[in-house]
Amino acid sequence: MTAQTGVSHLSLFLIAALPFLGAVFPALLIRAGRNAAASAAGLTTFLALMGLLIHIPSVMRGEVVTARFDWIPGLGLNANFMLDGLGFLFALLILGIGLLIVLYARFYLSREDPMGQFYTYLLLFQGAMVGIVLSDNILLLLIFWELTSLSSFLLIGYWRHLPEGRQGARMALAVTGSGGLAMIAGMLILGNIVGSYDLSVILQNKELIQASPYYLPALILILLGCFTKSAQFPFHFWLPHAMAAPTPVSAYLHSATMVKAGLFLMARMWPVLAGTDAWFYIVATTGLITMLLGAVIALFKDDLKALLAFSTVSHLGLVTMLLGFGTKIAAVAAIFHIINHATFKAALFMTAGIVDHETGTRDVKRLGGLRHLMPITFIIGTIAALSMAGLPPLNGFLSKEMMLEETVHTTWLNSHYLVPGLALLAALFSAAYSFRFVSHVFLGPERDDYPAHPHDPPVGLWLAPAFLVVLVVLIGLYSAAIVGPLVAVVSSAVIGGEKLPYYSLKLWHGFTPALYMSAVATLGGLFLLSLHKRGDQIWNVLPRPEAKVIFEAVIDALTRLSRWITDELHNGVISRYAIILIAFTVGIGYYAFATGTIGLETRVPLPAQIIPIIGWICLVAATLAIMWFHRNRLLSLVLIGVVGLIVSMAFNYLSAPDLALTQISVEVVTMILLLLSLNFLPTETPWDSSAARRWRDAAISVVAGVGSGALIYALMMRDFAFPTISEFHLANSYKGGGGTNVVNVILVDFRGFDTFGEIIVLGIAALIIFALTEAVLSTNVRGYLLNRKPHWPQSGDSHPLMMVVATRVMMPIALMVGAYIFFRGHNQPGGGFIAGLIVAIAYLMQYMASGYTWAIERQRFYYHGTIGWGVLIAAATGLGAWFNERPFLTSDFGYIHWPPLEEFEWATAILFDTGVFLAVLGAVMLALDSLSRFAWQPGMAQEFPMDINPLRDNPPEDENEKEQA
Amino acid sequence: MEALVASAVGVMTAAGIFLILRRRTFPVILGLSLITYAVNVFLFATGRLALDAPAVLNKYEDVPYTDPLPQALVLTAIVISFGMTAVIVMIALSAYLSSKDDHIDMSASDSVDAPGEDA
Repeated sequence: MTAQTGVSHLSLFLIAALPFLGAVFPALLIRAGRNAAASAAGLTTFLALMGLLIHIPSVMRGEVVTARFDWIPGLGLNANFMLDGLGFLFALLILGIGLLIVLYARFYLSREDPMGQFYTYLLLFQGAMVGIVLSDNILLLLIFWELTSLSSFLLIGYWRHLPEGRQGARMALAVTGSGGLAMIAGMLILGNIVGSYDLSVILQNKELIQASPYYLPALILILLGCFTKSAQFPFHFWLPHAMAAPTPVSAYLHSATMVKAGLFLMARMWPVLAGTDAWFYIVATTGLITMLLGAVIALFKDDLKALLAFSTVSHLGLVTMLLGFGTKIAAVAAIFHIINHATFKAALFMTAGIVDHETGTRDVKRLGGLRHLMPITFIIGTIAALSMAGLPPLNGFLSKEMMLEETVHTTWLNSHYLVPGLALLAALFSAAYSFRFVSHVFLGPERDDYPAHPHDPPVGLWLAPAFLVVLVVLIGLYSAAIVGPLVAVVSSAVIGGEKLPYYSLKLWHGFTPALYMSAVATLGGLFLLSLHKRGDQIWNVLPRPEAKVIFEAVIDALTRLSRWITDELHNGVISRYAIILIAFTVGIGYYAFATGTIGLETRVPLPAQIIPIIGWICLVAATLAIMWFHRNRLLSLVLIGVVGLIVSMAFNYLSAPDLALTQISVEVVTMILLLLSLNFLPTETPWDSSAARRWRDAAISVVAGVGSGALIYALMMRDFAFPTISEFHLANSYKGGGGTNVVNVILVDFRGFDTFGEIIVLGIAALIIFALTEAVLSTNVRGYLLNRKPHWPQSGDSHPLMMVVATRVMMPIALMVGAYIFFRGHNQPGGGFIAGLIVAIAYLMQYMASGYTWAIERQRFYYHGTIGWGVLIAAATGLGAWFNERPFLTSDFGYIHWPPLEEFEWATAILFDTGVFLAVLGAVMLALDSLSRFAWQPGMAQEFPMDINPLRDNPPEDENEKEQA
Repeated sequence: MEALVASAVGVMTAAGIFLILRRRTFPVILGLSLITYAVNVFLFATGRLALDAPAVLNKYEDVPYTDPLPQALVLTAIVISFGMTAVIVMIALSAYLSSKDDHIDMSASDSVDAPGEDA
């Protein structure tokens, strides 16, 4: 962390991190009951909210609180957070409404719903949202942005037994996710223009960005992300389908938070992106269309939540349009409406949820007359709906007035009337559906066919919406006092710290055009509602595009296309993939050869002596023989052993003793492995390629072989073009690593991190083998294996005495060799890898000579554990360096002198090498042990190989009794 | 000497590629083993060849050393390739035991999968 530290800065991290940390608790605590899970979620949210609120003084002074942490500076990705007015407002909405939703959901969800999961998802979402609004780095912001898409997918699909829920979740993910991808591109362009991914830097560079030729592409891509997230036309269709989510989710995501993320980003980017014609025409027009379209559709929706969903679409359009105007005063109005909309819309969603919960239906046509049955709900719902309609003295009225006032000052392609006219129409429909919400649900005659008997819910359900409605009224009445300072601070953050324009938040502005428009909208809305029955009939016969059908058709077409491509390219013929890969590699190699320049030979070749020539002849003959005789599998296995042996000898001859030791011991275990597996596979490969195909394959192989041979020959005959880093290793091996065997020092010290990764990979490979064995042996394969007849006649004596005796005598010697190789490793050829292999071979000899059952009975430890300990010891050695304030895996060493012994060396690297040793030993043994289990057949357990074990033949009496007891 | 190593690499590569183009599991495994040898020797040889110059430091006199870095890389490569060979062998074995068929190519009837629609 950089210089800015201290409690207040740290708390920004905590605000963003708390929901993520807290997300664990509901999932864990659900066993302790639903109240425990809900309290954990609530407490987490409350703490984060408190963390936010302690910043009120500095935010209200207009300061920007920042916290910086360099994450991946090379990529420009820094975990920088900042808190200004805009971020504060959104964080307040997210955490404040989040707290109310936690309370509401506790009473809303039924006993059958997995509540722990719900709160976990909710907190993940909350954390992602808070992350978006507090990020000061656009790459970080993008990460959180994608996280909201993912976590909202989980929340929308929470009722996974409902097909609508799953489809809605998928649609929301597809739309917002693809918008997010577009936005990543846009943000990267933006970052490229400015040369920094930090928002605070980007926001200072308005001229640079707007002058860039990449301004328009960046703008369009970023707006795509915003519009998809905020359900703007033509991407509005996902929002109503996402209403299949439980109502708390709808109230939270789809009114107060997630859909506002797009607005947030537009507001955030407003100082640098707004003010151009492109911005105005794209953003304002989209917002206007969305506002009108959403309002019209909302009027004809019978599902309460669908009505609210489209009304949300409409209001989001309103805010988008205001931001699109690009004037400062419009931005103020936008901010004010965001606050107001969040309060009344969340209350309305919760009201709809209560109605649904209590009456069993959300269908407006089946409701009505609830005002006496559910008086509290009626009051809450009515106030919120009237605010949405824009009636004084509620808060919706104030911001709607401001909006109408702004439209009057806006010209669209020289037309003075287009924008105000359409905005008025939208306001009129908006009033109409708000009135419909009240009158068709609560007013009218009481009915006797409600699916359930309705009554007011317990206080837990109505407390949260009631609180919001109180805010609705208070903000309406005392706007300047309650939210005035907040609006001022937020607005100045949006417009980039410039001087705020004059505006006043009050109910009475005099007889302005906006007032007349409001009156027209209200009266028109009432009139429209009175015609609703006729209108509904007309609406239902009108043909209109069904977004869901179109969406599914597009998705279907894309699925078919990708399936076709996949099936054509990836048709399961592996030999074809191999041919393509090899032909391509050869082609690329040829291109490089043909176009590159090759320097002169600078090295003198080493003389070829007679022994290496003999070895070469053996190797080439064996290799060609494998090719020729590969149908005889046992023979080719023997031949491949010859190849491996000569390769090991070549390593030794060419000054690589470590490689030679490793190769030869790996050779032994590989051969055992392949022989074991051949036991179960056919012994012959039948002819199944045509002659033409074989010739083609042979031609490709020869070309590839000649190419690789020529390449390495060319390499070997020339000196290095650049100085190598090997000199460093040779020079520092003894001084820095304390060992004279440079290869080993590289493995355990210089490149210890690689080695650490490699032993993990090896361990994983062994565990895969174990898991495969378990899986296969639990199927009917086991029966087949038990009744299998061997390929070849078996030896009469499966455990020949000579071999049993020889291997047991050799066991301690072999272990001693292993220990010797291990300890000399740092200074002489050897080390953990080789020692692990040697000890593994020592054990395998026992398996082979005395049988699997015999060996297993004497095994005192599990190979899984050996691998695990190996990795852990290596990791612990690496971590040890931290305690000495050195980087991971820095080794230390020193010398000990105990007379009369010669001075010897200690090094922490030997501990690391112990880890390598154990991991290699465990992995090799686990792999072969798994394979051996295939061979186990009944009756094997009775064959005791030359065993002198008095316990078995003559069990002591008392032990026998113990077993019986 | 260089010519011997280079031609050996070439022969092993060619044979390995020929074998991995076969259609049964076992030849493919053998082919991969041969390619592993070829690649390991190739990587090793990028350090250039040297006789009697192991990279073990000599405290007492100044002697030439071969390049230790490719050796360290190849050493782990040998061990890892053992792990990978073992995994492939197990996959081949399990596939053969489960279906009594050791073709590596999917037959046409296998590739027709039921469309994974949910509703």
